[in-house]
Amino acid sequence: MQTSTINKTAKVPKLEKAQTNGAPKKRLEILKTYKIYIGGKFPRTESGRYYIAENGDKEKLANVCLSSRKDFREAVVAARSAFGDWGSRAAFNRGQILYRIAEMLEGRKAQFIDELIKQDTTKEEAENEVLLSIDRLIYYAGWCDKFQQLYSSVNPVASSHFNFSTPEPTGVVSIIAPQASSLLGLVSVIAPVIAGGNTCIVLASFTKPLCAVTFAEVLNSSDVPGGVVNILTGKVAELASYFADHMDVNALVFCENDADTQKMMQEKASLNIKRVVLYNKINWLTENGQSPYFIMDTQEIKTTWHPIENIGGAKAGY
Amino acid sequence: MAETTVAMPDLAYRQAGFTLSPRVDQVGIEERAARFTKRSIKKETKVNGLLLALNMIDLTTLEGKDSEGKVKQMCYKAMHLLDAYPGLPTVAAVCVYPSMVKTAKKALEGSGIKVASVATGFPSGQAPRDVKIRETKFAVQQGADEVDMVISRGKFLEGEYNYVFDEIATIKEACGDARLKVILETGELVTFDKVRKASDIAMYAGADFIKTSTGKVTPAATMPVTLVMLEAIRDFYYKTGKMIGMKPAGGISKAKLALHYLVMLNEILGEDWMNNHWFRFGASSLANDILMQLMKEKTGVYQGKDYFSID
Repeated sequence: MQTSTINKTAKVPKLEKAQTNGAPKKRLEILKTYKIYIGGKFPRTESGRYYIAENGDKEKLANVCLSSRKDFREAVVAARSAFGDWGSRAAFNRGQILYRIAEMLEGRKAQFIDELIKQDTTKEEAENEVLLSIDRLIYYAGWCDKFQQLYSSVNPVASSHFNFSTPEPTGVVSIIAPQASSLLGLVSVIAPVIAGGNTCIVLASFTKPLCAVTFAEVLNSSDVPGGVVNILTGKVAELASYFADHMDVNALVFCENDADTQKMMQEKASLNIKRVVLYNKINWLTENGQSPYFIMDTQEIKTTWHPIENIGGAKAGY
Repeated sequence: MAETTVAMPDLAYRQAGFTLSPRVDQVGIEERAARFTKRSIKKETKVNGLLLALNMIDLTTLEGKDSEGKVKQMCYKAMHLLDAYPGLPTVAAVCVYPSMVKTAKKALEGSGIKVASVATGFPSGQAPRDVKIRETKFAVQQGADEVDMVISRGKFLEGEYNYVFDEIATIKEACGDARLKVILETGELVTFDKVRKASDIAMYAGADFIKTSTGKVTPAATMPVTLVMLEAIRDFYYKTGKMIGMKPAGGISKAKLALHYLVMLNEILGEDWMNNHWFRFGASSLANDILMQLMKEKTGVYQGKDYFSID
């Protein structure tokens, strides 16, 4: 038999006071690593580049990933593979999941308010913004299985067909979120896109990226399948052209009032005739920041001709 | 039915013998295989690599639901990978079941693309030997240029190496002029030692190619297992002076991974093997991914599946 060489009765030497020079030990703060969100995972940027997010007082807030085109490419692959499942789910189920996001956000209110305050928002404004974001998610959760009825139609045709049109998700949507807003702008552009059954890749605010990464954590813990929402942080100028010209992206949402970039994006989007949606003067804090029309911006209308014997049974016709 | 007589391989081959197959260092192989994935291949080199990989593909359909229409469509694709990209090579071959060989042969007439047929009770190999021989002869008679046979893994795992050796030699004889690829089904052999032994048996028994997998078993081709087989080919070449081809099959669907395989091939066997006479990829969706990467290099824009033909 082997004998243990460990002497169990030996005393563990205690940390001598001299080692800390007598001062009480200060605990090292565990700072959060702000990573990007692709396919339900939190990788670091492939490029290995980071930038330091600062607030108005030049206070360093975090090291944030400076995403590259390859991160975007991976995100598109993730969004595309998530689309089949998400787009064909029951609309009611999508509503449940959006509601769940709101619930999780509610539970983490304090953290978001804290982050907003760090990023130059007053306490009052921060509280308002977080509450509005939660309400906005609830708003779109409700619309998930209702907007179809509003925008569908039965069309009169001159042949023996039952002819109807319904909205269907466009596919993969790339979104450049409002740069001035950290949370509300982001939520306001993501929610209508996924409510309609699309999947998306979002570029968060460059100067105020903290809430976007924390929002990704909320998404990750609220039944949203991986890949439905992918969130990148980085520079608009560097990534805008890839958001616009990727052939596997079906629609593009751009929220800045910048004519040159808008023009460039429209030109590049024409390569595969992407749907281009420009939101330049929307105040997301108001009622104007929510509407079922935002859902319709990334929907396609599909018309079906269904042959039938005779539609005008009672000579009513269409 | 009369047993087919087996031609005895050269005495030199037999003395070199597969009973002496070396043991494989698993950790070493895995590390070495991982290093091949670290090479940076960009721009023109990448394009040339992709074109070469495209030219090495055995475009494959091996499903119960295969129909003449499906095979014809695949043959058309083999010849017209992407008409929007002039100057593209074709794939090396199409790989089908014996019953589809005639259809494929006719569809590919004059294109120079070879027709490979699986045989010998693919994918399980659980058929009587005389049935396997008949199936092989049928495939060749229908016009197959290459035959992909499966070994009897059950017998191999029982230690009946002579049975496996004899079987391969018999099928080789039934092939006539057609080149014989021997599928080891590495996913069922499990250890590298067994893969190495099976490779040696196949080569000494007369295989022209050794091939990793049927594509019906997971894991299919992996880089480490391919490396073990490439090293077996290299050692066999040093001993006998005879070149043997390699075909990893199943699970290779990304262009980047194909480039890693080419790097490995080049560094283990060298340039003589860097063509579709000696190296093939058994794949169906790899072609489209390579085409998308080629178009990305050409246009500078990331591509989407919607603009390429359906596999």
